Amino acid sequence: MTTLNRAPKSAAANRRQRVITPYLMLAPGIVLFLVFMAAPIIYTLVLSFQKTKVSGLGLGSGARSTVFAGFENYIAALDPDFVASVGRVLLYGLILVPTMLGLALLFALLLDSKRARATTFSRVAIFLPYAVPAVISSLLWGFLYLPAVSPVYFVLDKLGLDAPEILSNDLVIFAIANIALWGGVGFNMIVMYTSLRAVPSDIYEAARIDGASEMQIALRIKIPIIAPALVMTALFSMIATLQVFAEPMTLRPLTNSLSTSWTPLMKVYRDAFTRDDIGSAAASSIVIALATILISFVFLRVVQRRAFGQED
Amino acid sequence: MSLVPTLDKPQRSLERPSVVATAVLIVGAVYCLFPILWVVMASTKDGGELFSTFTLAPSTHLFHNIVELTEYRGGLFWRWMLNTALYAGVGSILSAYVSALSGYVLAKFNFPGKKGVFSILLMGVLVPGVILAIPQYLLFANFGLTNTYWAVLLPQIISPYGIYLARIYAAASVPTDVIEAARTEGARELYVFHRIALPMMAPGLVTIFLFQFVAIWNNFMLPYIMLGNDALFPLTVGLNGLLNQGATVPALYTLVITGALLSVIPLVLIFLVLQRYWRVDLAAGAVKA
Repeated sequence: MTTLNRAPKSAAANRRQRVITPYLMLAPGIVLFLVFMAAPIIYTLVLSFQKTKVSGLGLGSGARSTVFAGFENYIAALDPDFVASVGRVLLYGLILVPTMLGLALLFALLLDSKRARATTFSRVAIFLPYAVPAVISSLLWGFLYLPAVSPVYFVLDKLGLDAPEILSNDLVIFAIANIALWGGVGFNMIVMYTSLRAVPSDIYEAARIDGASEMQIALRIKIPIIAPALVMTALFSMIATLQVFAEPMTLRPLTNSLSTSWTPLMKVYRDAFTRDDIGSAAASSIVIALATILISFVFLRVVQRRAFGQED
Repeated sequence: MSLVPTLDKPQRSLERPSVVATAVLIVGAVYCLFPILWVVMASTKDGGELFSTFTLAPSTHLFHNIVELTEYRGGLFWRWMLNTALYAGVGSILSAYVSALSGYVLAKFNFPGKKGVFSILLMGVLVPGVILAIPQYLLFANFGLTNTYWAVLLPQIISPYGIYLARIYAAASVPTDVIEAARTEGARELYVFHRIALPMMAPGLVTIFLFQFVAIWNNFMLPYIMLGNDALFPLTVGLNGLLNQGATVPALYTLVITGALLSVIPLVLIFLVLQRYWRVDLAAGAVKA
């Protein structure tokens, strides 16, 4: 009797246990997400609509109060400095992303073509810079950009040629793009190469029997097949481009061409820590985050419609 | 019979080595190795030779430079190295574990709100960590937690992308009937996860661990913003500061360069050892999701 009574009870307890378990197991992830991603974003949103009002001389604890600012911070944040920094980053992305992905794709296709030799050496060597932090790679290239150190200047000098200074105002954007290219091309190459390797090779065999050249196979079969990998590398590269910060910050001691608001994130940093203008920094952060998400969304939509439209 | 040779022939001729293909890859490899070769050479020079001798000509001061770097402010550089190892090592192990647990639940359980959790997570993938750094600072400052180890360690444990990858690995490598069998035998859910699912997901988890390890090791903005005490700095922030001082004290340049060389070595070693785990399939299921 007792056993009959207890059996359904424990089954119910079991069921309740079953219902709670996934939530308990997700708890660490959810708590971390809420505390370190959601809360900072919400807090920044709140700050972006606030300003500090100073009454009298601003002395004493009652002299400073926080008041609602409406869109004042946003209007203040979108100043010429910010607009200029956004323009610079867009140009930088236009230089960097196609070059980096183009080279990565070229290297990946060559590695996959089985016609190149010493592929293990090249693959590891090209991937290696990914292990070098942006600060260190900027430091290395920063020295290599100095005419007194760079072997390029040394050779050009011996040839009697006058080389333009790469860290000058007009060219520094290429100097920074080169650092990011150096650090990123190998990673993207590995991603593309991994997808290429996942394709069963009999597809290529069939094309070869039909008389397709290696070039045709690369353009007509390989590239379309790894399109999802290309989309993801493009997306991640664009997001990384928008947040360029470490490279220009590290190069600054070596050149006068980089202002404190050279990129949007540098401007946010300046507003928050040099000017103590938290409201403007918060508003700029929100604008950058929204722009990033918007660009990602539009990009995915456009690409999905173009490349994968037939699948829907 | 006659068909076999004709099929065989073009195939062999297609795999004939191409000089151009090899050359292009070698040029790429040389470009990528060049700054590393430079830093190896430059760290053997003393302050005067750095700007006066030919860039790639080695000198004999490497040992002296390392000693000098070690003596700099009572071994501060090695402290930075240990800090970096702590941030990256502990942070990425915790990150891989939390990602594995969350990804496993999202792949293998059905519960109300699952779709919502996953959608929010995907949004999290698009929000770049760097943009969160200043908001995180502002929030931490409220609780007086800036300028501590926690300020750098904790925010980097959560990785929406890691969870996303772990979900793919769990769905692909842990068979549902194995889980069911363990449950019927009365195994608790955490036991099933730790003893059955985790080992099956291990190769994928190494990739997540590596991803996060490199991300934390390379991170500059978060520690740069969070920390003021240079005893807590990771290498990136420490060397950046040293380079900044070098603008006025050029003698520090040799220290910066030697420091750069030494700080690259551990990560390069990890890369070479764990090379085969870099099977990064960013797109696996991404566009379908």
